[in-house]
Amino acid sequence: MQTPDAKAIEVTDLTVAYQETPVLWDIDLDVPPGVLLAIVGPNGAGKTTLIKAILGLVRPAAGNVLIYNKPYEVQRRMVGYVPQRGSVDWDFPTNVLDVVMMGRYGALGWIRRPGKRERELAMNALEKVGMENYTTRQISQLSGGQQQRVFLARALVQDATIYLMDEPFQGVDATTERAIVTLLQELRENGKTVVVVHHDLQTVTDYFDWVTLLNIRRIASGPVEETFTPDNLRETYGGRIAFIKNR
Amino acid sequence: MTQDHLEILLIAIVTASACALPGVFLVLRRMTLMSDAISHAILPGIVLAFFLTHNISSPLLILAAAATGVLTVVFVELLQKTKLVKEDAAIGLTFPVLFSIGVILISRFASNVHLDTDAVLLGELAYAPLNRLKLFGYDLGPISLYVMGVLLMLNLTFILIFYKELKLATFDASLAATLGLSPVLIHYGLMTLVSMTTVGAFDAVGSILVVALIAGPPVTAYLMTDSLTRMLIYSVVIGCVNAVGGYWLAYITNVSIAGAIATVTFLVFVVVFLIVPNRGIIAIALRHVRQKWEFAQTMLVIHLFNHEGLPEAQTESEIAHLHEHLQWEPAFSSRVVKYALNNRYVSQEAAQLTLTDRGRAIAQKALVQ
Repeated sequence: MQTPDAKAIEVTDLTVAYQETPVLWDIDLDVPPGVLLAIVGPNGAGKTTLIKAILGLVRPAAGNVLIYNKPYEVQRRMVGYVPQRGSVDWDFPTNVLDVVMMGRYGALGWIRRPGKRERELAMNALEKVGMENYTTRQISQLSGGQQQRVFLARALVQDATIYLMDEPFQGVDATTERAIVTLLQELRENGKTVVVVHHDLQTVTDYFDWVTLLNIRRIASGPVEETFTPDNLRETYGGRIAFIKNR
Repeated sequence: MTQDHLEILLIAIVTASACALPGVFLVLRRMTLMSDAISHAILPGIVLAFFLTHNISSPLLILAAAATGVLTVVFVELLQKTKLVKEDAAIGLTFPVLFSIGVILISRFASNVHLDTDAVLLGELAYAPLNRLKLFGYDLGPISLYVMGVLLMLNLTFILIFYKELKLATFDASLAATLGLSPVLIHYGLMTLVSMTTVGAFDAVGSILVVALIAGPPVTAYLMTDSLTRMLIYSVVIGCVNAVGGYWLAYITNVSIAGAIATVTFLVFVVVFLIVPNRGIIAIALRHVRQKWEFAQTMLVIHLFNHEGLPEAQTESEIAHLHEHLQWEPAFSSRVVKYALNNRYVSQEAAQLTLTDRGRAIAQKALVQ
């Protein structure tokens, strides 16, 4: 389907600005297929904005995004999205299974209702994240880690080729973090491309094989062992970084 | 009950149902204030359309109102996008301007017609049956019943067809956008319906009380269920109950029907707020009381458990002196003992308390956690 050297995501000259304040300056970024990539940078570096620009949720002031050589609008079925947990109202009157089935709404298109098949796919996804016993649980009664698992399951049912995740480790306990990492690595082993906004510099080398260092502009991007260097980190965090782990 | 009464009641019920349906989504989107704004801001649209048609019941009025309502939403959102004005302030700025334009237009150019400000503000359900639909000399019933019936059908159809899209756009608009199910389209579709429903409800309850029909039943239903489908159904049922109850209250006390419906709406909310299981105020208070006794009981069994089989066990488990050891009020102490005895966590031999197997298990479990 794709040529071997096709890029999963290709961002060229992307600038995003709110009013006249640039949030992302002229970003170039190639994400090869099948990598597990961390986007790392300080607060306000534009990590979330970069993900949203790839998804067409914010309009760039300049530049372009391609998903396997085509615009996002024609490739949306290939992309699964895990937004920040705090971006939705967890008091919404619905249950776990229903939220996970929402991942199928794109494939269903307008008007068509989810049915038995969607229910089965959602159950499978819930089993993968270890939440199969919570299907009828009201979503406000979930812990933070459980909410995150539900969001992951919702992305899994999209059966995408590329997954974009905004801070999936935010506020989850160690067990959940471990489970999520295993899941992400499984996705990569199945040939998926996974892009994760990540905060914890300590775990980058353990969890990921590719990294993008971002601070309004792109500092560096590439395989972790070549890119995740003290020099690059210092440049990204402006010398404010207290520790740099040498391996 | 005369035909007039029946017609008024029917109009009230249909209006309440038509308002409750889109109201559910407004409440979930935290936009109830917007419905208030829309219900006021559509006035200039209605007045201008009235000048064009000279007919208070022309369908053009509803379309003009819908357009003005959507315009209100656009204005508010534009103001908000400047980031100089927050949403509540933007709403507070926009609708009085539009509403006052309507009031000025009426008082300057239409002071002699039926479009008086009182009717617009308060509505008068009692007069609704006077305006009748006549076709080939046959009387087919009050016009507002047909108008609200059509709006109810429109709202119901929209929600049935776009249920999935409405749900997703309300719960997670950005996911809806990435999946290609435009939340913007859904948003403006919903706002159009709210505007049309609001103007339709004018005759019945006026612009001020529309918000009671739109927000009241959904807010009440929200307390009663965790399912969106059920919230929609409950909202309609509660809306109808409020309409019937309000009509009955107005009838026996001889007051404004709209005012009575709004009052009943509030009373029903308060009752549900108090008595609904699990999340009602009374349920929460009872739970707190129970937790207090449970906790005290756990403290008691742990105390007994810690001293069990030790030399001081005898003094530590004397009922008469427990309150001294635990630093409790004597009355509280004896109630806790009674509570624990009832639950068979402890048993009493003469003046001594001993743990039962059950009590021992509870203490062990509490200590492990």
